[in-house]
Amino acid sequence: MNMTLQSTRVESSGVTTTPVLRIEDLAVEFPTRRGVLTAVDGVSLHIDPGEVLGVVGESGAGKSITGTAVIGLLEPPGRIARGRILLCGERIDGLPEDALRRIRGRRIGAVFQDPLTSLNPLYTVGQQLVETIRTHADVPPSEARRHAVQLLQEVGITAAERRIDHYPHQFSGGMRQRVVIALALCANPELVIADEPTTALDVSIQAQIITLLKRMCRDHGAAVLLITHDMGVIAETADRVAVMYAGRLVEIGPVRDVIRQPRHPYTIGLMGSIPTVRRRVSRLVQIDGAMPRLNEIPPGCAFHPRCPRVFDPCRTLRPDLTPTDHGAAACWLFGGPPPSPGEARS
Amino acid sequence: MSGQPNRAMSAPGLLIETRDLAHYFDVSRPWLARVLDGQPRTLLRAVDGISFEIRRGETLALVGESGCGKSTVARLLVGLYTPTRGMIRFDGIELAGLRARAEIAAVRRRFQMIFQDPYASLNPRWRVKEIIAEPIRAHRLVSGAGPLRARVEALLRQVGLAPADADKYPHEFSGGQRQRISIARALSSNPEFLVCDEPTSALDVSVQAQILNLMKDLQREFGLTYLFISHNLAVVHHIADRVGVMYLGRLAELGSAHEIFIRPQHPYTRMLLDAIPDLEATGERRTPVAGEVPNPLDPPTGCAFHPRCPWATDRCRSERPEPLAAPNATLTACHAVEERRLDRPEGGTP
Repeated sequence: MNMTLQSTRVESSGVTTTPVLRIEDLAVEFPTRRGVLTAVDGVSLHIDPGEVLGVVGESGAGKSITGTAVIGLLEPPGRIARGRILLCGERIDGLPEDALRRIRGRRIGAVFQDPLTSLNPLYTVGQQLVETIRTHADVPPSEARRHAVQLLQEVGITAAERRIDHYPHQFSGGMRQRVVIALALCANPELVIADEPTTALDVSIQAQIITLLKRMCRDHGAAVLLITHDMGVIAETADRVAVMYAGRLVEIGPVRDVIRQPRHPYTIGLMGSIPTVRRRVSRLVQIDGAMPRLNEIPPGCAFHPRCPRVFDPCRTLRPDLTPTDHGAAACWLFGGPPPSPGEARS
Repeated sequence: MSGQPNRAMSAPGLLIETRDLAHYFDVSRPWLARVLDGQPRTLLRAVDGISFEIRRGETLALVGESGCGKSTVARLLVGLYTPTRGMIRFDGIELAGLRARAEIAAVRRRFQMIFQDPYASLNPRWRVKEIIAEPIRAHRLVSGAGPLRARVEALLRQVGLAPADADKYPHEFSGGQRQRISIARALSSNPEFLVCDEPTSALDVSVQAQILNLMKDLQREFGLTYLFISHNLAVVHHIADRVGVMYLGRLAELGSAHEIFIRPQHPYTRMLLDAIPDLEATGERRTPVAGEVPNPLDPPTGCAFHPRCPWATDRCRSERPEPLAAPNATLTACHAVEERRLDRPEGGTP
């Protein structure tokens, strides 16, 4: 099933058959004294070249852990317990640290929530850009610097020739995030992982950064894994969206369809709970309760205790992602006849 | 408290009135360093002359980006800061005029505050029952352990928690449940007016929906009046009857939520509304707003918004606009709106 929007395809031919990123049945575990916590449980997804895949979910849903697993930055004792991660068809999970380090920056760029943690406060932004460029490409310093200035201009930093010699603290929050985007793209990576790139910014700056991230990744031909809790950001940026709940993927599909006609009861509740400026409703849709903690994920479908349409199989059997009319949802409502017979569908 | 000397004339139904409210923070360097370098005092005008009214039972939301002064207004209203200038009147009583402790306490009981961070605003060493009972004890509203316990349990039920939760500690609760505890604490002194400073910003959307629904239910049940501070326009659109849009310590536009969201006048309001990521406009391109909020220590002359405004003229650069009635019946502080030249931008593209 090809769910990519045509408009986002890059012109490069021949690579469209191999996804930039493919995650197969990924599970991430954190062994603790009181048992093993499964933060990501059986997530499978792929991103095509030039595509923006949004991953949305509430805190603790496992979306950031998925991103960290892809770039191999899981903090011990966190570990990949199961599954495979393929970058352009090559397995990258379980690679030795020095091989991973070559992939980070060169083939996978990263933009995180707080630009100050991505930038070294002791070096000018120019030094950081030049260093990254020269680590990944064999160019003389003068050319790397020229490239760095050009990148800063591309991300909208005025007087880039002068600003390149400034330190991170001399930039405002929005400008810093622009520098981080330049840094993420300076080695022309195939994939950019953006984890809550606009969450720390004010609304007006947020809009600028979303537009910039989208344009830069398109111009440089990078696919994007965009992780955020903000459905509005996903709506504006992503081609497809994956919705996560309690470490699992509950729904995936083209962004327009998932937002307008969500299928999974959790996605339906989530969409209804978001206030908008378009429509004024007297009450927001309310999903009672809260997402379970990782040590008390219920059996069957993890959402069943909060689900308004729960029926018998949900309580014991875990649903797999099943195709719906426009994407896929992990819900027994779409899972064909549930194994235990005699249950009325609600 | 009738017959108080400072109970002045107020329009009927008005609960809160502020006039030219201002609060400056002194952010000068230490005195000696400053004097040695011959520098003047540095004042940060966090709130610089704002006037608004809140009618009984309504919700006024103040919205704006970080540093616009909205939280300072909240803190001024509940008395956490003393105004540098201006007046606050609560139910006809001018707060600055109160001297006697008993008078102050009697007014204080009638308003409460809910804070943004439910992790920082509850004492981790207190049980929930102690947290909720604190305002009741402070204002001596209920006497005796039995009635106090009954009151705490009733409050917990009102905010959707279980009476047994009274004996737990805050760390045993999720963020949304903690915010419910904050609301129960705020309601415990039977207030009429609640100041809510970003009460849902730290929460996930589904939990935010629960809290917003709860706040609306409580407002209807108890006839509460809210001042709701938020940076999230969609949340404000959902909860507010009237909206004040703040920019660098001043009100850019103030009026009914309906008018502000349907026919925004001030260029800053228009810009903010354009900037919201829109769920229903997937993939559409929008024109991002240029520029960032200026340094509040060195605000632009004239209208503080002029460096980012596509309609700015020389008058905007030199003369500060005052709030005037705009075509949509809001109060809008903008020369361009006053001169009705908003649809032909000069020297820039909107």
